[in-house]
Amino acid sequence: MNTARLVLNCTKFACYPANINCRRRLCTSQYMMSRHSHTKRIAGLDKNVWVAFTSVAADPSIVNLGQGFPDIPPPSYVKEALAKAASVDRMNQYTRGFGHPSLVKALSQVYGKVCERQIDPFKEILVTVGGYGSLFSTMQALVEEGDEVIIIEPFFDCYVPMVRMAGAKPVLIPLRLKPGKKQTITSADWYLDPDELSSKFNSRTKAIIINTPNNPIGKVFTREELQMIADLCIKHDTLCFSDEVYEWLVYRGHQHIKIATLPGMWDRTITIGSAGKTFSVTGWKLGWSVGPEHLIKHLQTVMQNTLYTCPTPLQEAVAQGLLLNLKMIDQPECYFSSLAEELEGKRDRMAAILQEAGMTPVIPEGGYFMLVDVTSLNQDLSHMDDDDAYDYKFVKWMIKEKKLAAIPVTAFVGDESKKQFEKYIRLCFIKQDSTLDAAEEILKNWSKI
Amino acid sequence: MARRLHASRTDGVDKNVWVEFTKLAADYKAVNLGQGFPDFSPPKFVQDAFCNAVSGGFQMHQYTRAFGHPPLVKNMAKFFSRIVGHEIDPFEDILVTVGAYQALFSAFQALIDEGDEVIIVEPFFDCYQPMVKMAGGKAVYVPLRPKADGAILSSGDWVLNPKELESKITPSTKAIVINTPNNPLGKVYKTEELQMIADLCIKHDMLCISDEVYEWLTYDGAKHVKIASLPGMWERTITVGSGGKTFSATGWKVGWAIGAGHIIKHMKTIHQNTVYHCATAAQEAVAQGFEREYEVFGTPESYFLQLPAMLYHKRNKLAACLQSVGLQPIMPEGGYFMIADISSVKVDLNDKRTEGESYDFRFVKWLTKEKGLATIPVSAFYSPEHSKEFDKYIRFCFVKEDSTLDAAGDILRKWSQAQ
Repeated sequence: MNTARLVLNCTKFACYPANINCRRRLCTSQYMMSRHSHTKRIAGLDKNVWVAFTSVAADPSIVNLGQGFPDIPPPSYVKEALAKAASVDRMNQYTRGFGHPSLVKALSQVYGKVCERQIDPFKEILVTVGGYGSLFSTMQALVEEGDEVIIIEPFFDCYVPMVRMAGAKPVLIPLRLKPGKKQTITSADWYLDPDELSSKFNSRTKAIIINTPNNPIGKVFTREELQMIADLCIKHDTLCFSDEVYEWLVYRGHQHIKIATLPGMWDRTITIGSAGKTFSVTGWKLGWSVGPEHLIKHLQTVMQNTLYTCPTPLQEAVAQGLLLNLKMIDQPECYFSSLAEELEGKRDRMAAILQEAGMTPVIPEGGYFMLVDVTSLNQDLSHMDDDDAYDYKFVKWMIKEKKLAAIPVTAFVGDESKKQFEKYIRLCFIKQDSTLDAAEEILKNWSKI
Repeated sequence: MARRLHASRTDGVDKNVWVEFTKLAADYKAVNLGQGFPDFSPPKFVQDAFCNAVSGGFQMHQYTRAFGHPPLVKNMAKFFSRIVGHEIDPFEDILVTVGAYQALFSAFQALIDEGDEVIIVEPFFDCYQPMVKMAGGKAVYVPLRPKADGAILSSGDWVLNPKELESKITPSTKAIVINTPNNPLGKVYKTEELQMIADLCIKHDMLCISDEVYEWLTYDGAKHVKIASLPGMWERTITVGSGGKTFSATGWKVGWAIGAGHIIKHMKTIHQNTVYHCATAAQEAVAQGFEREYEVFGTPESYFLQLPAMLYHKRNKLAACLQSVGLQPIMPEGGYFMIADISSVKVDLNDKRTEGESYDFRFVKWLTKEKGLATIPVSAFYSPEHSKEFDKYIRFCFVKEDSTLDAAGDILRKWSQAQ
């Protein structure tokens, strides 16, 4: 039984020490350690699907289609911009806390154009440590005990623990698969039931979190769907936190719509973006929140009391990358569209390979993940740990037996929806051809022992 | 929108001295001895390490291990184990954060609950108070006071009263926060002083959060002592450090917390629910910095000896300059900053806009606007209950190029001649 579970099983005033020295003095140290137990705000939040799976998949003999990061290189101009920035003395020291001036100005230009409105770089933008940091700043700034926050399943797994850490109650609603047999399932076949959604709103609802393009399904919400959500936000006077980190990764035939641009929504929406996903540099950990001053100012307060500033040279490099692409925004060379085009090819290739292997992929309209239904494989996993949901068992088995890593989709849903999603695993396809080749080898030989 | 939107945890923590004063310095293009960052570059070996990281393999630009890039935590464990006198486990006992600032935040969030009391030694780096407040805790202040006897010329003359400190401890006291070398005063706590604090921590079963970001910057033979190395303290201390201050690269925002695994693990839970990862390339560069310093530790090649030697001269230069114009500096034994007593300076602060603010705030704004010299008011580092006692000091940062210090000197000389 691991230490984390031990801690979880303890009551508030008893804590088992991990340190060997303490075990020898168990009596006195138990008393001592009782004062060093964790705070209430993190009760039950220590487990995490990434902690469970990323170290396993780090084994180089395993083909890793699990965690969402590219193994393709970022565009060279963005790396060059970073090297250049780091050679300037001033760029190695603190910059403006709420965002490096050249970056917030570049962001205001890009999003000003996309949203067709003037965005104040200093009052309506906050630069954060990744999209993750923006989600955190938003929750801490605007969500507290007594609030309810609606989260759509499947959801990027951090939404629930962040809502709980802010002292609020997550209210979950699943995307549902349209009934009726179909040749090819796509993310567009998953929808929100309007009546069901409406029933989740009440006077305590502080916000709804949406993620479009969605991780893990890849759904790109249509204007009508966003309008339906917007109508409810306005009717119930709730906020909307819109996680749009995959905003540029939308495939042919689909369009990314910003809910903040719908009538009545700018004043109640925080829109979150990510340099890591935009430029394939997840290790830079830069993101941003864009919204009205009266909301952003509270996120800025959180920022100045949590980590104060983000790294300077990285922000300068992202600013350069944004300005470069802004110039080419309607051209095919623009990275915002060229990456999507490259990924569409990988998406289609991945889907074909999976279908050949007898699995049922859900073709995503956006993002760089694909859900795969493994029901038809009829894989017998009765020999494995009963505590785990089917997809967790399947992924662990697949890593061990097939040397292929994925992420179990029930990590992205609440307990009540587990049955609905436990036959799905998530694969990441923003990988170089050799990685996809290796995955193809494994999947081709799936039925062979 | 009709309803109240912001969470109550953001109440009362929205004002910030840096936001206000860095903007002021920028607006007036003042000679900036205010905010604490070097205006010279990081050492070449660490800049080269960053460039190598940037042009390294694709992994340098993608997520690394969430709790700390493996080369960095391994090098830090190796480096600090022999200083702390305890075998530090790189994966259990270290958490890498976005600057020391985030390490402090994670410590408070992980360990301070509603109603917990936290003792803060004044003057304190200003973020401790809002962070304790945001965690629902109650800050209890204990000031360093200048010794009663004789002239107060050095930060070593400011001391804690042990009885006063103990009197502030209650059954609700969860932790004490110390900062050595201290910002803004520059005090370097001696072993006896730390032992006194340690004795109280053990007696009352308190945690100790030790902010040691300026650990390499000590002068005049003062020695930096880690409270975590004192008996009984490893298991109850979180030691916070900074790559930015260590390698003169504040803009990289790489910091850390080192402590016993059973405490660090709670900070990891906070970390994985707040930012999750820190930037990879910067961590790789700091890792190489520590590797190099491990090899040359204690030799004249070591940046950890060269930087304080360089700053020692700048410290003395600034002190001489301040004395020559009638300001009374308190000589810091360590750190980046020097505070000066401004009570003997007579100025007509008739700016209506700053009426009602404390004297040092008004003085600093006047000095920035009228003379083009930016500093920081010291009462910003004191609690509301004690700030009135300490509103005749301003803080200067001397980690600046000689040309900046010369420019500041010119301004002060012209001003004193004009009087």
